[in-house]
Amino acid sequence: MASHKLKADSVDPWWVRWLLIGATVGFMVFLLVLPLGVIFWEAIRKGWGVYVIALTDRSARNAIMLSLIAAGISVPLNFLFGLAAAWATTKYSFPGKSLLISMIDLPFAISPIIAGLMYVLVFGLQGWLGATLASWGIQVIFAVPGVVLATIFVTFPFVARELIPLMQEQGSEEEWAAISLGASGWQTFLKVTLPNIKWAILYGVLLCNARAMGEFGAVSVVSSNIRGRTNTIPLQIDALYNDYKTAAAFALASILATLGVITLIAKTLLEQKLEQQNVQEEST
Amino acid sequence: MSVEVRSVSKTYGNFTALRDIHLKIETGELVALLGPSGSGKTTLLRIIAGMDTPDAPSTATANADETDGSIRFFGEDVAKMSVGQRRVGFVFQHYALFKHMTVFDNIAFGLRVRPRSSRPSKSEITDRVHRLLKLIQLEGFGQRFPMQLSGGQRQRVALARALAIEPRILLLDEPFGALDAKVRQSLREWLRRLHEEMHTTTVLVTHDQEEALEVADRVVVMNQAKIEQVGSPAEVFHHPASEFVIDFLGNVNVFHGRIAGGNFQPGPLSTNSSQLQSAGTSSSANKIYVRPHEMKIARMKEDADAIEATVERINRAGVNAKIHLQTKQNDQVRVDLPLDQLDALALEIGERVYFKPIQARVFAPDYTI
Repeated sequence: MASHKLKADSVDPWWVRWLLIGATVGFMVFLLVLPLGVIFWEAIRKGWGVYVIALTDRSARNAIMLSLIAAGISVPLNFLFGLAAAWATTKYSFPGKSLLISMIDLPFAISPIIAGLMYVLVFGLQGWLGATLASWGIQVIFAVPGVVLATIFVTFPFVARELIPLMQEQGSEEEWAAISLGASGWQTFLKVTLPNIKWAILYGVLLCNARAMGEFGAVSVVSSNIRGRTNTIPLQIDALYNDYKTAAAFALASILATLGVITLIAKTLLEQKLEQQNVQEEST
Repeated sequence: MSVEVRSVSKTYGNFTALRDIHLKIETGELVALLGPSGSGKTTLLRIIAGMDTPDAPSTATANADETDGSIRFFGEDVAKMSVGQRRVGFVFQHYALFKHMTVFDNIAFGLRVRPRSSRPSKSEITDRVHRLLKLIQLEGFGQRFPMQLSGGQRQRVALARALAIEPRILLLDEPFGALDAKVRQSLREWLRRLHEEMHTTTVLVTHDQEEALEVADRVVVMNQAKIEQVGSPAEVFHHPASEFVIDFLGNVNVFHGRIAGGNFQPGPLSTNSSQLQSAGTSSSANKIYVRPHEMKIARMKEDADAIEATVERINRAGVNAKIHLQTKQNDQVRVDLPLDQLDALALEIGERVYFKPIQARVFAPDYTI
């Protein structure tokens, strides 16, 4: 690393370096840092009292609650799914495996709005299952289950995508060693596999959570934007903003922005952990 | 008898990894499975360990036996036993140590995962791990992590971890393959001494013929899914049973020619060596095999059947000097001579010499083992 840096330093003239660094920093400040700062500024511009009221308002509380529910269900489910998918695709071989691996990325490949529409087509009243479910008294679309389903869909790949390459690289020799020493499958998983993938799991869960809390497109389609009922934080922000309730909109936005900053910091720390683990692996 | 492999075959799709393998391993023996990559040696080891399952035997064969396709440990069929139940100690080429555990925890792993009823007490486990650390000459390394150890030390820890469960059979898969030559040599000798002490039945897989010949009591030479020869290191080296074995175990010169009545008829080379150990009397086209050290070189044509060649290269590194000769037909021939003999001859590059096989081997095409 150090030697690469030295090389670039000595090859490029000073004005190229400063131009590139300046352009990067300029873009970052004007497009990312300043707007983010504006959110916090706008949120508290009218005083802390307004800020607190905006956050404790009934529909705001409800939006926060719904976002927490959506993330609270989709993150654990996608964690379990990601673990199962990574295990299945790296420890076993079966027909259609590579197809399955590429299917995992489907939610990344298609626009979230399409994902929302898919669920409307399947679970909506005019859809395949909508009428049947409605006759049982279950409403999916324009209700909380739809919001949760859409969130699960868009956050589906995060954990699996972190784990699959890592577990592929690690192979299964350590597991075989544990089994040959008499460990059961469960003991092998808990004592050998899990410690090797725990940082990658955390990393995946972190990104998964950030997306679950922030998703707008897919959720917007399946939710009917009923304030206080089916609005998540992003939907509520959008609604408030359209009503010119800027202070309230920015107050809620500041929560998401704070979550974003925390995610970024945690992500950086986890990346360092993963880096360390890779270095260890290379030396073993 | 510790391990018996009865008519085991293994195919992966179109690829045959093992074809009708029979093998018996005596208790306390150290057996090396030797062969090039793809010869099936690792597959056989994994099947013995239970990490792979042999193909179901085809009952269509005329002399099919109901025990065909089975692996037996001490007479007992282990087909239904899981890897853990077989109680084998398995050592991997890349150590497969648990990275996040200390050396101590690695070695203790097999004891700690036992169900409470058969698990030794804490102090017993500590005792046993310390004994093993002493055995692998790593006392005081218990609290280190695998990444803080050298390759040779890691492999010794892996061996101690396997020995901790008091395995009935020790299986080593290319255990020294990832180490450099010097460490490999010393670990090889250490393993042999350890085996003399413990007498655990051991199967070692290697592609390194020197390692197999040096460490093992018996060598099983494998090639293309089959066993070519089983014998003591001296047997397989001095009495190779097939062309493959002589070619694989050390260097060999191959001459093309014809055998008639036990005599080698001149092929492209003009020699008429009478010391041929002919394994057959067929008069078809043949190859004769001569090891580099089974040749002599003279400056004059002392024998009528000596072959003329020029000295191309002399390498004096080693116990024997390696001399590369080129015949008139542009065939390359290698001769190994003790250094003092080389000095007595005072050979120079480009000089004309005469060489002659002292001993040679022939494998008739119809000769089978």
